[in-house]
Amino acid sequence: MNTTTPSHALGATPAWTREFEAILDAYRQAGGDPNALQVPNVATLVVSANQVLVAHGIEGITFDAQELPHGVKARIVVAPNARIERTVHLCFGMLPAEGLQEIIAEYEIGAGAQVEFLAHCTFPNATKLEHRMDARMHVGAGATMKYNEAHFHGPHGGIEVRPRAQVTVDEGGQFVTTFNLTHGRVGVLEFDYTVDVAARGVAELTTKAYGIERDAISVRELIRLNGEGARSVAKTRAAVRDDATSQVFTTTEASAPNARGHMDCTEIVRGRAVARNIPSVVVRDDRAQVTHEAAIGTVNRKELETLMARGLDEDAAVDVIIRGMLR
Amino acid sequence: MTDILQVENLSLRRDGRDILRRVNLTVRAGEVHALLGLNGSGKSSLAYTLMGCAGYTPNAGRIVFDGRDVTALSISERARLGITLAWQEPARFEGLPVAQYVQLGTREASRDRIRDALEAVALPPNVYARRVVDQTLSGGERKRVELAAVFAMHPRLAILDEPDSGIDALSLADIGALIRRMASEGTTVLLITHRDEMATAADRASLMCQGAVVWSGDAAEARRYYGTRCRPHIEALGAQPWDEKLPEVRDALASNGKDAR
Repeated sequence: MNTTTPSHALGATPAWTREFEAILDAYRQAGGDPNALQVPNVATLVVSANQVLVAHGIEGITFDAQELPHGVKARIVVAPNARIERTVHLCFGMLPAEGLQEIIAEYEIGAGAQVEFLAHCTFPNATKLEHRMDARMHVGAGATMKYNEAHFHGPHGGIEVRPRAQVTVDEGGQFVTTFNLTHGRVGVLEFDYTVDVAARGVAELTTKAYGIERDAISVRELIRLNGEGARSVAKTRAAVRDDATSQVFTTTEASAPNARGHMDCTEIVRGRAVARNIPSVVVRDDRAQVTHEAAIGTVNRKELETLMARGLDEDAAVDVIIRGMLR
Repeated sequence: MTDILQVENLSLRRDGRDILRRVNLTVRAGEVHALLGLNGSGKSSLAYTLMGCAGYTPNAGRIVFDGRDVTALSISERARLGITLAWQEPARFEGLPVAQYVQLGTREASRDRIRDALEAVALPPNVYARRVVDQTLSGGERKRVELAAVFAMHPRLAILDEPDSGIDALSLADIGALIRRMASEGTTVLLITHRDEMATAADRASLMCQGAVVWSGDAAEARRYYGTRCRPHIEALGAQPWDEKLPEVRDALASNGKDAR
């Protein structure tokens, strides 16, 4: 077993236990299952503000985490050809209402390995808080990395979230990620991912967010299909109402034979909210193809009328449609 | 048997065209009433108008449901009175599970009711309840889910727009049985179809032609006439202006209806 526990570990001192339990409680209130973070054969990294509460590796995966003044620097390594059977749980959170949490993360997925991460980011009390993630992710040849990030925010909206990632997918590798910010207030979201895909590699990015009041959503994705037969799908689903805004900037560049990219954006707008979608397509090889589809604006009239014909009023019907889209 | 739906001189004009022309139609409570007509005769437009869909506000006439004028009511208000519509081409809903979709219109979100509804349209609940009502379902599967949702709602009036379209021929009997079961459980059914064999499930029927209901009566008689005479009439009279044509169609029905082959 390769486990690194920089300052705390399972079964450590009561002081961090209280912090850990508070994080678990916040996670539970947000609808998560805290038991998943306490199973011995599940690799787990739990960070509260700049404290590493748990860094529990299992065979095939190691965590090396260092505490920083305002966050944590972590290196997560999955050994070549390792098959991590159970989802790896990463829990990042802050209980105080104000502050900064900065996660500097490096993911190294060895060639042929398979791993799935579920990152929970829990900020239940935020009124003036910033969460930054600056990640470098390397998916080795033939490896598969699934990275699902779900945010649980409080009702105040005083939070700024800035997830940034530089992802490199080697030949035949697969990178599948979902980012979900649909519980609690978004606040300010600046999502910024760049993905380079080598020959026969695959990148699938799905981003979902629901903005209300004065929330501001910005999604920037740049996917470069550099190798022959590289493929990608970038899917964005956003809903905004009240005075919220949503901006989606997606670029797919196909520079190799038989590269295939697709961008799919749906943004639903209610009230005074504003949505913007700026897709960009660059193709540098006459055997490559990138497609784009987008629907920006109101909900689909037929969907709305179908639900209203079941007796839902218009607002309830819109809510069902949006919740489904963001599920 | 009392009348549950009365449509009186209903007219609809869209994009400069007369879509519905002084439609008169009476549906009795508890019956299955087939509305037969060729493609483009205005059947679906009448369905959308009865449901109150956007763009289908009538220019004249009124819709009376259970003694109440519902012409100005919204879709939701009509639905709460007990009217619903199964669309000919059902909408797709990203992320919405079948079970949730089926229970949306039900007053009691009973698992038994959902299971019963799915079984009634020959969709095994253990296979379909968690599927999503999106493009991963085939057109025929979405159609069945739509009918299950209407069945589960237990409406007072179900308008079924071409419930047989997209359904394989072997399953048509299932749809007919579902319609009869709905009626036996107290739902009045307005069955819109262009296939006369579907109307075998009906008690009474009306013929629709060029935006007007031109005849109402016994379902078997309507089927015979529709199957043997409607198309020839359209072919013979199609070039004539409507106002000249309508009396001819009505006369033809009056003279030929009883001995139509």
